[in-house]
Amino acid sequence: MTVVDRINAFARRVPTWVLYILYLLPVPWLLYLAQTGGLGREPIKALEHELGEIALQLLIIGLTITPLRRYLGINLLKFRRMFGLLAFIYVSLHLLVWLVLDVGILSQIWADILKRPYITIGMAGFVLLIPLALTSNNWSVRKLGAGWRKLHRLSYVAVLLGGVHYMMLTKTWALEPVIYMAVILGLLALRLPKLRSKQAA
Amino acid sequence: MAHRWTNTLTHKDVTPQAHFMNRRQLMAGAASGVALAGIGAGAQAEEALEPNPWEDITQYNNFYEFGTGKSDPATYAGALTTDPWTVAIDGLVEKPGDYSFKDIMAEMTVEERIYRFRCVEAWSMVIPWNGFELADLLALAGVMPEGKYVRFETLYRPEEMIGQKYRTIDWPYIEGLRMDEALHPLTIMATGIYGKTIPNQNGAPLRLVVPWKYGFKSIKSIVRITVTEDQPVNTWQALQASEYGFYANVNPTVDHPRWSQATERKVGGGLFSKRVPTLMFNGYEEEVASLYEGMDLTVNY
Repeated sequence: MTVVDRINAFARRVPTWVLYILYLLPVPWLLYLAQTGGLGREPIKALEHELGEIALQLLIIGLTITPLRRYLGINLLKFRRMFGLLAFIYVSLHLLVWLVLDVGILSQIWADILKRPYITIGMAGFVLLIPLALTSNNWSVRKLGAGWRKLHRLSYVAVLLGGVHYMMLTKTWALEPVIYMAVILGLLALRLPKLRSKQAA
Repeated sequence: MAHRWTNTLTHKDVTPQAHFMNRRQLMAGAASGVALAGIGAGAQAEEALEPNPWEDITQYNNFYEFGTGKSDPATYAGALTTDPWTVAIDGLVEKPGDYSFKDIMAEMTVEERIYRFRCVEAWSMVIPWNGFELADLLALAGVMPEGKYVRFETLYRPEEMIGQKYRTIDWPYIEGLRMDEALHPLTIMATGIYGKTIPNQNGAPLRLVVPWKYGFKSIKSIVRITVTEDQPVNTWQALQASEYGFYANVNPTVDHPRWSQATERKVGGGLFSKRVPTLMFNGYEEEVASLYEGMDLTVNY
């Protein structure tokens, strides 16, 4: 049994709901830390940033599923929907913290969405994820047929917007957002038709 | 310099933290009494300035010399040696030279100043500084009449300031003030907080505090003060002139390109702390607005 076979066998045995629970544990944990000083003296921004970063990580994990199978033969396809939905949950929580705890003033929220490019971009990324979350059920997959795959390519745009959103909010060139962006671009590059056909040939 | 503010308080007048906290309770009681009587809302706002606890002030810092995270300075600033310390005062001054921190302190009168502190990132605190007026220090070196600006420089010592090992910004950190801003009685060099020696993460052993400007103007751990004829280029302006200017006066009507400056959040309020309106010149409009008369503050941001 090769390593890949072992991973695949293990993945087959792990129920999806276990991972759902594991990946949702950070939510109560972060809220607990925020209440007890574990997120520093200003917990609102810290909570907002933590949730956003987890969301971006989940979107990136979602992007790795196809290349892992294509190039390494590792089959984690059964988890892809879960990662997408978890990402949507975390983006929603990130947005909710910004709306309610961070800004909390309706006029300023609107002004920020319209006037601040990094917020506009982040918002656009969230909006793109809504139809994907809504059509993540089996019924929609059947109903939409080939259109479903096309529609869900929007996730490429959404993750790209998420990476740009992260890069734009730092005051200086910080290392972390650049690393995230490089990984995103790399994973998207693997999907370029040219690269794919080369691999196939 | 006839217009200058003269200190009437001495070191003996600095309130120890414990007394200070008691006094605050008394004042809170007095303020509510005043409110019931319906008198002077403005004066009441002044009285209500409630300093953040020591932990907020010393654990939530922007001091990129020790890293870009808010808790990095508290974690890494312990490595900084602040004794001995010399400040080079040069440029258009009568007595240029290296002034040791000890010699400076022997000449200065330290007093307590409770100021609002507003970061350009839209968070704020109230800090009970101990320090002396910058004007007193400049008088020590004697400013020549041609001196129009003051340029400040932070220590560059990457072996002790680990953030300087990365070129996040162009080291050393530079700031500048116009001469009238530098000589303004509100402008101080802080050497303490709550009556204690200023912690390294807050800019030990001496840092500038200009309470009507965004926090990044209040340069920390100063090793050089130069009086110049030309306007200095401050670090953040050099880095991103479209977002950070030379003046950087707190102004709720002029937004940062990427976020609103109309409101701010006081650090330390927990998860449900609400934003409050930002005050023009950070609440020091009466004292400093005249310095900028006739200037377009949307251009000179």
